[in-house]
Amino acid sequence: MSNIPQDLYYTEEHEYVKKTEDTSVVQIGITDYAQGELGDVVYVDLPKLGSTFARMEVFGTIEAVKAVSELYCPLAGTVVEVNTALENDPALVNRDPYGDGWMIKLRVKSPKELDQLLGSSAYAGHIGE
Amino acid sequence: MADASLKRTPLHAIHVALGAKMVPFAGFEMPVTYPAGISAEHKAVREGVGVFDVSHMGEFEVTGPDRNAFVQRVTCNDVGALKPGQAQYSGILTKHGTFVDDCLVYRFQDKLMLVVNASNIQKDWDHIVDQKGGANVRLRNISDEVALLALQGPRAEETIAPLTKIGVKMIPYYEFAEGQVAGVQCFISRTGYTGEDGFELYSRADDAEQLWGLLVGQHGAAPCGLGARDTLRLEAGLPLYGNDIDDTTTPFEAGLNFIVKLEKGSPFTGLEALKRQKLEGIRRRLVGFKVLEEKVVARHDMAVVLDGRQVDVVRSGTVTPTVGAAIGTTYLPRDQAKPGTRFEIDVRGRRVAAEVVKMPFVANRTKRQ
Repeated sequence: MSNIPQDLYYTEEHEYVKKTEDTSVVQIGITDYAQGELGDVVYVDLPKLGSTFARMEVFGTIEAVKAVSELYCPLAGTVVEVNTALENDPALVNRDPYGDGWMIKLRVKSPKELDQLLGSSAYAGHIGE
Repeated sequence: MADASLKRTPLHAIHVALGAKMVPFAGFEMPVTYPAGISAEHKAVREGVGVFDVSHMGEFEVTGPDRNAFVQRVTCNDVGALKPGQAQYSGILTKHGTFVDDCLVYRFQDKLMLVVNASNIQKDWDHIVDQKGGANVRLRNISDEVALLALQGPRAEETIAPLTKIGVKMIPYYEFAEGQVAGVQCFISRTGYTGEDGFELYSRADDAEQLWGLLVGQHGAAPCGLGARDTLRLEAGLPLYGNDIDDTTTPFEAGLNFIVKLEKGSPFTGLEALKRQKLEGIRRRLVGFKVLEEKVVARHDMAVVLDGRQVDVVRSGTVTPTVGAAIGTTYLPRDQAKPGTRFEIDVRGRRVAAEVVKMPFVANRTKRQ
């Protein structure tokens, strides 16, 4: 069973959205389930600061030893912070996907879009747990 | 994940209990990685010792008075060069000289055994049986009766030695001995698919659990899955059927000249085609490459572009867990198949530079004579 925190929002593509102290900014990464499925992460290719993305547009790629996966932006918005620690230690995504293994922080264009994401129980159902 | 059509090895329950990620592979449900992860498993084999369940591999037993002549006919290496107790890497070829499969041939006192890829068991069996003709041999597909564990790494010898009276230290590379390991009847072969020293243990399917338990439990061999097996073999420059070699490629093109014995004194399937290819010269050659751009991994089937023209696809491609570099293999025109040649790989619509490097990527440390 993978870890699916109740206070986060999820996509069917296995990204999560976590609220931050700044109500217009969210933290984005991939779920514990996703990191488990991918296995050892070796590279994470992330966007530049200031990049803007539409909802579910590809914002990066993640390479594991066995597989590559695209990263989808769960909400429309502008990148205001990138987790540069993943540069030297991409395995943070495996060790702490919801904490130090986060990927980007996004200034959200329309907070209403959060309603279109999955809650924890819907996500658990989606992955069959 | 549980697919009833998939076969299971005798160690299936153990893999599940260890928390392995099980995937379908060649018709079997196999462990791709354990919770330690591919990198840790890879490292265990390079620096210590790891054990793989490779019981999905196929085994054919050949007995009868014509057994040597028959295996000479269906494989391209020279069975006549083997003494009982020795093994060789070989190829089962089409009449065009391309691979039906690659295999190991073991010579016993009274029989021969071919070990083939799991994905090719049925195809190989049909191909071999088709050539039986009037040969006085008995062929048995014993794949389901045989379990195979590969104990690999610099600590392999010290791990197995205390468990058996067989003098494992005295077994040279590509030789084997029969006997008991902790009471389990098996034969131990100094072979493997990792580029490290190590042994492969063939036993009855029912005894595999006991062997695994001893090696992993009491003797600390790390359980390793197919993921690490693939990164280790690619670093060691060892070909994988379906990627680096297949029924469109010949041993000469794959750089496996050492398994082709044109002059062995008995005809074999593919001989005429290979003689011709030797005379005319090969047009392409399997090469190793590294990706020059950081953070990009070349994967199987991506297009390989040389001087603006697609010449092949990436055959094998991964990132080596130890070095962190993206490496792979492809076929290039013979004249350009040399270290230093630059080409491009189409990575999801983007052209990425790569350069031919010498294989193996990591020096082999097997116990060669």
